[in-house]
Amino acid sequence: MHVTSPVRTPLVTGGKTYADVTEDICKQVEGKPTREWTIAFVISFVVLIYGTCCVFWTWWEGLGVWGLNKTVGWAWDITNFVWWVGIGHAGTLISAILLLFRMKYRTSINRAAEAMTIFAVLCAASFILMHMGRPWLAYWALPLPNAFGSLWVNFNSPLVWDVFAISTYFTVSLVFWYMGLVPDLATIRDRATSKVSRYIYGAFSLGWNGGAKTWARYEYISLILAGISTPLVLSVHTIVSMDFATSVIPGWHTTIFPPYFVAGAIFSGFAMVQNLMLITRVVFKLEDYITFEHIESMNKIITLTGSIVGVAYITEFFIAWYSGVEYERYAFLNRMLGPYWWAYWAMMTCNVISPQLFWSRKIRRSVTWTFVLSVIVNIGMWFERFVIIVTSLHRDYLPSSWAMFSPTMFDIGDYIFSFGLFFTLFLLFAKFLPVINMFEVKAIIRSASEKLPKSVSGVAKGESVTSPTFNKNVE
Amino acid sequence: MSHHNDSAKFLVGVYDDDEVVLKAVTEVKSAGVRIHEVYTPFPIHGLDVALGHPRTRIGIAAFLFGLTGFLTMVSLTYYTMGYDWPMIIGGKDNYAYPAYIPVMFELTVLFTALGMVGTFLVSNGLGPTVKPLMFDLRSTDNKFVMAIDLSKNRQSEVEIASVLRASGAAEVNVKQF
Repeated sequence: MHVTSPVRTPLVTGGKTYADVTEDICKQVEGKPTREWTIAFVISFVVLIYGTCCVFWTWWEGLGVWGLNKTVGWAWDITNFVWWVGIGHAGTLISAILLLFRMKYRTSINRAAEAMTIFAVLCAASFILMHMGRPWLAYWALPLPNAFGSLWVNFNSPLVWDVFAISTYFTVSLVFWYMGLVPDLATIRDRATSKVSRYIYGAFSLGWNGGAKTWARYEYISLILAGISTPLVLSVHTIVSMDFATSVIPGWHTTIFPPYFVAGAIFSGFAMVQNLMLITRVVFKLEDYITFEHIESMNKIITLTGSIVGVAYITEFFIAWYSGVEYERYAFLNRMLGPYWWAYWAMMTCNVISPQLFWSRKIRRSVTWTFVLSVIVNIGMWFERFVIIVTSLHRDYLPSSWAMFSPTMFDIGDYIFSFGLFFTLFLLFAKFLPVINMFEVKAIIRSASEKLPKSVSGVAKGESVTSPTFNKNVE
Repeated sequence: MSHHNDSAKFLVGVYDDDEVVLKAVTEVKSAGVRIHEVYTPFPIHGLDVALGHPRTRIGIAAFLFGLTGFLTMVSLTYYTMGYDWPMIIGGKDNYAYPAYIPVMFELTVLFTALGMVGTFLVSNGLGPTVKPLMFDLRSTDNKFVMAIDLSKNRQSEVEIASVLRASGAAEVNVKQF
């Protein structure tokens, strides 16, 4: 017999049965869109259309519409790229690393977090395409035989590594997420009342029937997928950081970058998961599945990774001074006290100071505090990338070419595009797919439920307790 | 899905509880009844062992796919950087393999994931056009369903039904495909 350990706080409240889990999660998928959803979707879609116009103009007219100059050649584009990739990392961390660590609280949040990963990586990839200026030539980044005497891509370059890292990351995340969805899609298929949804969910559930042999293999491949996704996610942001670290620009040429970027990625990603889940939780009435325990656990990770990031900032400064290299020292002093001081201090305040508030149990269990601080963390993490990129570039070796960067409406519009894309996709996901992994939650009900109902199975949709109507009974 | 002929007749025990069905597997087997398969809404640890399913070898497939990905990138980097258009970059060897480790790793992961998941789908007969054999639609919701192929058992329908009930089945139904 399983007994809930009194030391651990429950992860599912309200004495849910298996049938309750199905009903609570499927309700959103099967019902008509709510008013809140429709309003949110319309807003996101309008934002997406505005952003698409900006992106179109950027491509049509060329990168001259951005505020770049010959000193600052990377600015919001790569800032946004790194920011979105970083946000994506939390989904993989939750679904893969927390699976390897057998952290049960992942089960209620992994589905939405992985969806967030996929959409965030799409947003990130859109900035890669944008910053190429001529996106129709994006395939030049692939090692293809070509018309120029088969001159190949340079495999020594982290930018080429990035092509492989991001595309592998996107593909593997998508596969991992989709495989996680298959059993739940089968649940929706088997409850479906309309022919159309039975057909669509039937096709996407791949004929899943939940046989013991299938489950055994399924669990095995989930474990391996988690096992390979863990080093993969670490490699992705490591490689992103090497885009900078392998250059010789003071402020970029830093060996601390890989772990520092990975910690920052998880930090901002968890903040974004908090923002998304806190809203989903209320709108879809999922308070019994996404409990204060979940919110608190994620806030602890935010505090941990935020502290790692803080230590990294200070270490960077120390090493810049300790190196004795005057250019390195200048780059860092210029960050802190130069014309972009406000960006630097915004980063320091948002990323280093604000997550420390989560040491208070009251604050880390408060929905309002968590939401506000998560927004602040993501603002801070955007500024971190801006600080690294722009302040390292804008005062280069020749003072005669020193410059400032100011964004144009297309820098801003292209950033807005990514928000439109992200939220449109996320809202579509939230409406048409189960936002919580039903089968994984059912699997932890026994060990992690607040109180077990008398019959853990419950009553399925369309079934009455006394007379089973599904099949002919054997007399 | 028609490897069962039209006359395939199954007895379906429906259980309310995952712990009961796990014990029931042993009880039904020791009563001499051959179980076709047990269908559950979520994985129950030890169920495949109780049913006597062999341990999956999909890990071997995953390893081989990973190895293929790794060797593909070793070959590609060697061919492009070391053989077809060698360049000296930073005074290093043409084939400066430490710089290629990231891409080798990525392709290893990519091939492992896609190959393993593909193998999984093929070996379980899963695909977008597959119509599943559902013994009870509630087995993807809240019920645990044990299917007994009557043609593969010597006991009578009634005998098996009573074994299933004794093992804790809340319902025993007939399902014909």
